[in-house]
Amino acid sequence: MPDRNSSTRDADTRNNLRRPVTARPTADLENQENGVPDGPGKPDLSPPPQLREVTVGSAEPLAVSSGAVTVSGAAPSLVAGGRRRIGDRVLATLTAGSGAFIVLLIALVAIFLLSQAIPSIAKDHANFLFSRQFSVRSEPLQFGVLDLLWVTVISSVLALLIAVPIAVGIALFITQYAPKSIRKGVAYLIDLLAAIPSIIYGIWGIYVLAPHLVGVQRAFYHLDFIPLFADKGVDTGSIFDASLVLAVMILPIITAIARDVFVRTPDHHIEAAWALGATRWEMIRMAVLPYGRPGVISGAMLGLGRALGETIAVLLILSKPPEGAPFTASIFNGGQTFASLIGLNMQEANGKLETGAYIAAGLVLFVLTFAVNAAARAIVNRRKEFV
Amino acid sequence: MTVLATPPAADSLLTARRGGRRQLKNSVATVLVYLSFAIALVPLGWLLWSVLSKGLHAMTRNGWFTHSQRNLTYRDPGGGAYHAIVGTVEQVFLCTAIAVPISLLVAVYLVEYGTGRLARVTTFMVDILTGIPSIVAALFIYAVFIGAFGGQRAGWLVSLTLVMLMIPVIVRTTEEMLKLVPNELREAAYALGVPKWKTILRIVVPTALTGILTGIILGIARVAGETAPLLILVGYAPGINTNLFSGFQGALPSMINAETLNLNSGGTYGLVNGHVRLIHNYAVDRVWGAALTLIIIVMGLNLLARLIARFSKVNQ
Repeated sequence: MPDRNSSTRDADTRNNLRRPVTARPTADLENQENGVPDGPGKPDLSPPPQLREVTVGSAEPLAVSSGAVTVSGAAPSLVAGGRRRIGDRVLATLTAGSGAFIVLLIALVAIFLLSQAIPSIAKDHANFLFSRQFSVRSEPLQFGVLDLLWVTVISSVLALLIAVPIAVGIALFITQYAPKSIRKGVAYLIDLLAAIPSIIYGIWGIYVLAPHLVGVQRAFYHLDFIPLFADKGVDTGSIFDASLVLAVMILPIITAIARDVFVRTPDHHIEAAWALGATRWEMIRMAVLPYGRPGVISGAMLGLGRALGETIAVLLILSKPPEGAPFTASIFNGGQTFASLIGLNMQEANGKLETGAYIAAGLVLFVLTFAVNAAARAIVNRRKEFV
Repeated sequence: MTVLATPPAADSLLTARRGGRRQLKNSVATVLVYLSFAIALVPLGWLLWSVLSKGLHAMTRNGWFTHSQRNLTYRDPGGGAYHAIVGTVEQVFLCTAIAVPISLLVAVYLVEYGTGRLARVTTFMVDILTGIPSIVAALFIYAVFIGAFGGQRAGWLVSLTLVMLMIPVIVRTTEEMLKLVPNELREAAYALGVPKWKTILRIVVPTALTGILTGIILGIARVAGETAPLLILVGYAPGINTNLFSGFQGALPSMINAETLNLNSGGTYGLVNGHVRLIHNYAVDRVWGAALTLIIIVMGLNLLARLIARFSKVNQ
């Protein structure tokens, strides 16, 4: 970029030479006469003639309004009191407008999902929150989200239970155990997991990983006095398979945040632990883990948010039970999450009522992920104030 | 696993009681930490190896990058992924063209202008946007353009969904980069009388440009593999359709998804020695070939972003 900087400086010097600070009206005249073109990459902000006349009367540095002058004497603080320069106003408005657009966007998401979902929920002949069925193909709509909620939450929570200890271990490995020279490379390897598209996790999960997990699943059947581990005759494509793949997918998210907080553990905490003669593990338990706990929690919640909303990997992996199949609490059964149900059926949905039912399910998912993410951010931000 | 040498063992009160139990605990913890890292490498290596070994011969076959899947069933050999690559590139390009200006403006607002309530709400909403599931974003676009305004499903709606997913990635990285620009640069510009807007456009943004570029590429990599919007907002066409604004259009993720349906409907699984194994089916090659193509694009972009970040002027 040095060339760009030097060109800026050149332009500045030129302008400075041509336009003495004191002779503002002249500078503006010169602009009008020569039609000084805007510099490269600048928005065309030349005001129309009548506006220019107005500016002549004001206390503003005129040349600036033509968009060509950089050095015109008045530092921003000096203009305070007068009207702001046009360029400043334009950029300030544009950027603030974009910020407001983001806020508006989220509000619009809620509004539009609600407006499309309400007519279907109104025609729902079952309890939307507590019904277990989801039949929307034919006219008396009967749908509820309880089953979807169960499968979504149990698969994500299971993924979290698997991923968090491993992620904390990796973060400790990167920040406390690995030699300094390989830390960056190791961190990059873990980040690579986040770069793999979810559909590839999906096909790998169901066609490569799941057949190898059948044995693990069968071993768990010995514990089938717990309803969670009951044998439901599903070999590949169980909630358990999906959870394992979800765990791999959220691993890099949790690791990245845990790594970030562990590495910021104050040195004097660590040194104090060493000075007490602690072993490395005792040092970690005394200094690193207590300091990093909020980070780990919020990372876990961000991972949870990701797992709750994952569509295609879960859709490919989970085997779909036939409609009307009885509810089971087993993680070795198939099922549908919010996202997989919508992704599977939305494309063939006919009519506003049917699509509205799926949008209603999407709305619940939106509320769920919104709550989880907001909580995670609240924890992160509260921590920031202490750092 | 031996005990690591680093902790300086002093003659402290604790050391006196530093018995076998504590050492044992320490050793166990060390083993577990190393193990957790090893565990994470297993799926990474396994997945990459699966995709590479199963997809390579499909991808390196003649015509993969020049032909489509038009009029081919899973029983027919041949064909390629050209239609899907074209669709993905077009959709991502339109998305980038919309998302980049908005994201840059938002980031500039948050770093250079933002104070008070709107800035705080915007930061929060960008965070929420980060966490919004892609399927919900797709449903939103569906609700607006198809549900409320009665439009037709087409590729550009996918691009709009991807915009929502790409904005937070670019805003976050750009924000970080702009914050890293030394304040002295801004103050020097102000001292010379440079107006604020010009300081931002000519000094701050160019200084952070490589970092911003990294963010943009990471954003592209993030959305290129998205499947959920494709499921809802555009049908999959096995032929070439370069028109973003009408008709079905192929894309790499939806090609993978469509071909997996052929795997299932074709009844091509069989039991071999008690294990479920694939019996040959040309859809298999296409699934893994498309997966390898997609993974190469996405990881290539990631590597490119890392490389560019190395040349960044502002260092963390």
